[in-house]
Amino acid sequence: MPKLTIDGTEIEVEAGVTILQAAETIGIEIPRFCYHERLAVAGNCRMCLVEVEKMPKPVASCAMPVGEGMVVHTNNANVRKARQGVMEFLLINHPLDCPICDQGGECDLQDQAVAYGGDRSRYQEEKRAVEDKSYGPLIQTWMTRCIQCTRCIRFISEIAGTPVLGGLGRSEHLEVGRYVGAAVSSELSGNLIDLCPVGALTNKPASYTYRAWELKKTESVDAMDALGSAIRLDTRGNEVIRILPRVNDDINEEWLSDRSRFACDGLKRQRLDRCYVRKDGTLAATSWSDAFAAITAKVNGLAGSKIAAIAGDQTDVETMQAFKDLLAALGSGNMDCRQDGAKLAAGNRAAYLFNSTIAGIEQADALLIIGSNPRIEAPVLNARIRKRWLKGGFKAAIIGPKTDLTFQHDWLGDSAQVLAAIAAGNHPFADVLKNAAKPAIIIGQGALTGEDGAAILALAAKLAQDTGVIADGWNGFNVLHTAAARVGGLDVGFVPQAGGKDTAGIIAGAQSGEISVVFLAGADEIDMKSLGNAFVVYLGSHGDAGAHRADVVLPTAAYTEKSATFVNTEGRVQRTRLAIFPPGEAKEDWKVVRALSDALGKPLAFDTVKQLRQRMVASNAVFATEGVVAAATWAGAGAEGALSDKPLASAIDNFYMVDPISRASKTMAECTAEFGGGCGCNSKKKTGTHG
Amino acid sequence: MLRDQDRIFTNLYGIHDWRLKGAQSRGDWDNTKALLAKGRDAIIEEVKTSGLRGRGGAGFGTGMKWSFMPKTEGARPHYLVINADEGEPGTCKDREIMRFDPHKLVEGALLAAFAIGAHASYIYIRGEFIREAEHLQVAIDEAYAAGLIGKNACGSGWDFDLYVHRGAGAYICGEESALIESLEGKKGQPRLKPPFPAGVGLYGCPTTVNNVESIAVVPAILRRSGAWFAGLGRAKNSGTKLFCISGHVNKPCNVEEEMGISFRELIDKHCGGIRGGWDNLMGVIPGGSSTPVLTREVIENCPMDFDGLREAGSGLGTAAVIVMDKSTDIVRAITRLSRFYKHESCGQCTPCREGTGWMWRMMERMDKGDATIEEIDLLQQVTKQVEGHTICALGDAAAWPIQGLIRNFRPEIEKKIRARNSSAA
Repeated sequence: MPKLTIDGTEIEVEAGVTILQAAETIGIEIPRFCYHERLAVAGNCRMCLVEVEKMPKPVASCAMPVGEGMVVHTNNANVRKARQGVMEFLLINHPLDCPICDQGGECDLQDQAVAYGGDRSRYQEEKRAVEDKSYGPLIQTWMTRCIQCTRCIRFISEIAGTPVLGGLGRSEHLEVGRYVGAAVSSELSGNLIDLCPVGALTNKPASYTYRAWELKKTESVDAMDALGSAIRLDTRGNEVIRILPRVNDDINEEWLSDRSRFACDGLKRQRLDRCYVRKDGTLAATSWSDAFAAITAKVNGLAGSKIAAIAGDQTDVETMQAFKDLLAALGSGNMDCRQDGAKLAAGNRAAYLFNSTIAGIEQADALLIIGSNPRIEAPVLNARIRKRWLKGGFKAAIIGPKTDLTFQHDWLGDSAQVLAAIAAGNHPFADVLKNAAKPAIIIGQGALTGEDGAAILALAAKLAQDTGVIADGWNGFNVLHTAAARVGGLDVGFVPQAGGKDTAGIIAGAQSGEISVVFLAGADEIDMKSLGNAFVVYLGSHGDAGAHRADVVLPTAAYTEKSATFVNTEGRVQRTRLAIFPPGEAKEDWKVVRALSDALGKPLAFDTVKQLRQRMVASNAVFATEGVVAAATWAGAGAEGALSDKPLASAIDNFYMVDPISRASKTMAECTAEFGGGCGCNSKKKTGTHG
Repeated sequence: MLRDQDRIFTNLYGIHDWRLKGAQSRGDWDNTKALLAKGRDAIIEEVKTSGLRGRGGAGFGTGMKWSFMPKTEGARPHYLVINADEGEPGTCKDREIMRFDPHKLVEGALLAAFAIGAHASYIYIRGEFIREAEHLQVAIDEAYAAGLIGKNACGSGWDFDLYVHRGAGAYICGEESALIESLEGKKGQPRLKPPFPAGVGLYGCPTTVNNVESIAVVPAILRRSGAWFAGLGRAKNSGTKLFCISGHVNKPCNVEEEMGISFRELIDKHCGGIRGGWDNLMGVIPGGSSTPVLTREVIENCPMDFDGLREAGSGLGTAAVIVMDKSTDIVRAITRLSRFYKHESCGQCTPCREGTGWMWRMMERMDKGDATIEEIDLLQQVTKQVEGHTICALGDAAAWPIQGLIRNFRPEIEKKIRARNSSAA
């Protein structure tokens, strides 16, 4: 381990780290623009120059590895002079339009200009102007502000795996842009905005609506997909202006998918802000008490078996616990959190979790993906897999959609029979898994929702057991969920109780008249037409499919408007935080259920969220600890059965619209129009000659 | 003055046959097998003894550079890359070698590749050199056909393949790491160093990049001994050198001369003197456009070699001597060079991308006199802000001509400024 001296402090660091990283370990921050710890080193901004004794020229500390006996000065007169020079160069062609720039207040160039910039410009020549590019509905470009740091180019090529950006031209005419004039098509494109150190790339949907310093920041957890990425909600008044990722190396590093980031305008549209009761075929606004009265009139005296509840994809655990208790009090066992009909059993935790963990996928050396397209189901996870692939020694294959996953993989077909062949050892990929040290399987909801879901799950489990996917200290059997609520629902046991019906059973029962009251806790993805004449009570935040079918609508809070528990696909228990209040008369979901229980004369045994969470812990101990993944014990999965011929596809056909929030989002609608179902998705993709 | 028997490039002017037969009659490919039989270490040692310094401009010891290559070939192959992207304004020496003595280069490539353990070598030739590339290809084809290169080259047991790759006309691709990038099919932008090409070069493999002239003199050094080469010129500045003299001399020419010859002798012997006599000499750019311009007082008796010109405040560079007499508008001349560097900057790193444009624009104003006297100091500061702060040496190359101008010809700039200001008044 080389020893070196930085600004008079002698330190010993690992060989191979750069001067910049070494300085950070002792709290010396060296200014930089192009350097980013998660991207390749470019060394082109020259802001991080430092002086190393015995070296003739100042060196770029971001690129220079430490050497034994180096004596580094990071802040002497020469270094400051060098940085002032670089800063002056950066500013001569920068428009200095900070007062109208959305990056103002959180701009690296602005901050460092305070430290190293002159108080006036010595540049008397004409400034350069660069034509703005069209990067699509998400990213606003101001290319004159660009300082050519190439972070965006490196992100889109290295992390996102869609190398559509590059530096065009040379000398002072070097422009960052697309090789072909088209939008930046990536499910992770929003991260370019965060990475851009200046205001060249800004948030298009939110442009000109905020100043960074007037936003209230609330740290929360994403519920737009099943990863539970760490996010920060930036709000002003009662409005979410933008959503940014937070660093969480276990889940999202510091990236966020475009849907999680940009669907926030959907939180303002189509909102249910008061109760409705259906009168004469149309929904009429009403008060909470009248709505409850309508429900009570229907439910009181009804046999428990005629009542059912289905939970949606963004329903929090508190609500499901409360509903489960309410249904138990009403004598009903008809409940299901798997509105897509996934053949996942509650109780057997290892059979429905992403067991390797998201970060753990980086240890895998072989991967079989079954019935999933991780690029649109969980883009951040897909970037992790790509990261693993880039390191080399990684073999991947997919049974499912034939698509560009941004990492090299073999397409083995889209039939479950291929999986059967691999599981039987009659396929070359079986050997790949067998010979790998840490093989992994990702099984998507696309494989589990069909009639043969349990059979496919059982086959995958058998394959896992036979090939070392499950071994001592390694469990690479991964179920990739698409709904934020699903694992929480299974953990809390929101599944048919003794004698109860599952989603398909409830729908069939409603149609036949066997079930006469159906509670939809944010469930919008079932076929509403097939609910027959059942009396439907919808609890939810948006006027989506469920509300349209409902007889009574009870308005509730979206994930940004409550402190609620979600369990991500790894089984990590996390809590969102209230950033804004629910609109109008909408209330937190569990409170609605609690109040409803009073109206129905079956008061639930908790009055506060604390008591409710104690109740959750009592029903499943995993809810006791937040933020960690407890390894689940493997006990097999699925049930043997016949396979169908239905091709395995992804559970999602349009990346931009999968839930009520994103369907209500104008931005997501624009993305759908621009990109079709998402770039990694095969549907409706526009061609170059389109329009 | 160089004796005729010490001349290496005996067909510099193309009066003899440049093809294999002609080359062999001049001694090329004469028992190359025996040279290879000396072994890797002996060849490197001989080149070290010769004191050969890289002829591409920087003057780094060629033998030393070769010795940085891994001693044995590991999992990654070694490559020799020959830099024939001769783009420095004023320089036209490699062009002549490839036109009229291509076999010297091909033979040198074999010997150098053998010395660094490379089985493959690429010659990256400037795109504009169309005929030169054709000659080179003919020479390579002839050498293949004669068994001089290819499998079991010259019967030595060493396999060696040589390829010509044509560039697309970017000056920056003459920088070794940008050249490697371009050769790999990427945009020609210099890489960060370290790692140096000897560790991580072409396709991530150990690579040596040498100038055409450096490689082409290797066979002569090995045949006639390093001591012979070292005996020419001054200590640490040994050997012969191709000088490209252009501008206001009576007979501009390329000539092979001994290193360390005085400027006066070089011009009088080979170029018929300065146009209009020595008193008409205004300034000299001694080593290609990037080296600072010198005045007559400094250059006249200066030894033309690396250290001599460095002490004089300039550099030997590629030994492209640009002579300017008193009819020259020197501010205009340097402005033109400034525009060249602004145009050829790759745009990757900040000081060069922004600074070259700023410097050129100020130079344009100075040329018109549309400036203030104080702005000359500002211009000088800007050149200092660029110099030494960039990834590659292009930033330095853009700064030096202006620094030379301000250092040696500041009155000329002031004269223009005053003239315009007084006419405006």
